[in-house]
Amino acid sequence: MAQKKFVCSVCGYVHNGDKAPEVCPQCKQSGVFVEEKKKGLDTNSNAYTIIYATIIVVIVAVMLALVSQVLSPRQEANRLLDQQKQILVALNQNYDNTDPAALYLSLVNDTIDVNGAPVFVANIEGNTKYVLKLHGAGLWGGIGGYLALDADKNTIYGINFNHESETPGLGAEIVTEKFRSQFPGKHIRNAAGEVVSVAVLKAGKVADGQEQVDALSGATITCDGVSTMIATNLAEYAEFLGKDGRCILDATALIVVDGEIFDGSLGDMVDQIQKIEVTNINDSAAIAAYGEAAKNGVLVVTTKKSEE
Amino acid sequence: MALSQKTKEVLFGPLNINNPVVVQVLGICSALAVTVQLKPALVMGIAVTIIVAMANVIVSLIRNTIPMRIRIIIQLVVVAALVTLVSEVLKAFAYDVAMQLSVYIGLIITNCILMGRLEAFAMTNKVWDSFLDGLGNGFGYAIILVIVAFFRELLGAGTLLGFRIIPESWYVANGGFYENCGMMMMPAMALILVACIIWAHRGYNKELK
Repeated sequence: MAQKKFVCSVCGYVHNGDKAPEVCPQCKQSGVFVEEKKKGLDTNSNAYTIIYATIIVVIVAVMLALVSQVLSPRQEANRLLDQQKQILVALNQNYDNTDPAALYLSLVNDTIDVNGAPVFVANIEGNTKYVLKLHGAGLWGGIGGYLALDADKNTIYGINFNHESETPGLGAEIVTEKFRSQFPGKHIRNAAGEVVSVAVLKAGKVADGQEQVDALSGATITCDGVSTMIATNLAEYAEFLGKDGRCILDATALIVVDGEIFDGSLGDMVDQIQKIEVTNINDSAAIAAYGEAAKNGVLVVTTKKSEE
Repeated sequence: MALSQKTKEVLFGPLNINNPVVVQVLGICSALAVTVQLKPALVMGIAVTIIVAMANVIVSLIRNTIPMRIRIIIQLVVVAALVTLVSEVLKAFAYDVAMQLSVYIGLIITNCILMGRLEAFAMTNKVWDSFLDGLGNGFGYAIILVIVAFFRELLGAGTLLGFRIIPESWYVANGGFYENCGMMMMPAMALILVACIIWAHRGYNKELK
């Protein structure tokens, strides 16, 4: 494609083409054309092309890696703050006039790991709330959120949604107060205590055996995604939620009698027992009171003697 | 400083007579995706303007060294690097905006206006002219996006930039007479609106016929 340039050495006539003409059309002499070499590098040679591409790619890669390294602490801080803000929204807290990070630290005092999924334990005016992390798929990309439950692990206290790329005005409306405010007060368990989640359904449809909220019109797939997300994520938290709402302790549970850690047999004192209370697994208050050993749950035994 | 004739042409031509969207019909894909609401359309317009101007400057600076056979690849690398850079900076300093734009920032790479301007203008023009050309084309693109988004958000949701314009009491649901036009929310409506703008624009500018 690239044309060569030939100059007549007698009269200076310039010919552009692949080959030099035999006879110069201007001075009619033959064999006088000399190819004019380009100045500097030949930017069309293979070697130049390959070296050029390599240099550009290396420069760009180094630059981007550097920028990414420099900015990543800030980005990480932003991500953390964003997560804290979302948890605050799920806990129905308004952080407009306060520092969200400080408010978060004052409310959320523990994080439990359930097979890699986090449970944030918050304390709202003396009541324990559990915040579960949600993640799923919407129409165009991922959707996620945080679901806050009351201490009974059944009643929804609050919820927050986020999305990557749902349609503005349609699917993206899941983040609005109007949609979210339907959730608080709903129950994730049926009458038998099994975790059945909450369905997101079109107005007029009735869910079978579970509570429901209204879907958004024009955002069917996103709303189905929300419905599926809550159900599958609650299933992932099955170990934390317990099968039927009762707390089941195994042999590693700690036994505490009248405030003292007890390692004898409860059978010996069965006629002295006034009442037995059971704490949750990983209950932060129990761990604070009885030490690390309480993490598998505690049987808090009160004897008749202490009642007198 | 009075602008020279050429500068004026380069900077203001794309706003009207040489508009990238309604005359050259480039960048239509993103015009559909981000124009449901006014705010993302505005931010997208600004982001494209900045990136097309910067990419034009960089390509114009290295235009004499680029091997012809891989020039498109080099242009693409420049654009992709800039877009990644902008996205990283937004994530560090304007996290909320970055989250709102999410995939759209990445989509700038595939915007035909960028490749069009780099190939058609920056490869053969000086740095300053290329910068102005980038600004002009970015604004030309942004204007159309804003016009389309204005109508789509107003007629589709009754709001502008999230603020309610059409009173709640007008709606049928509240005993009124008005209903939002659901069609406006569909991507197809953006195409129809762009076509209407092209129609009006051609009708007004006789020389484009």
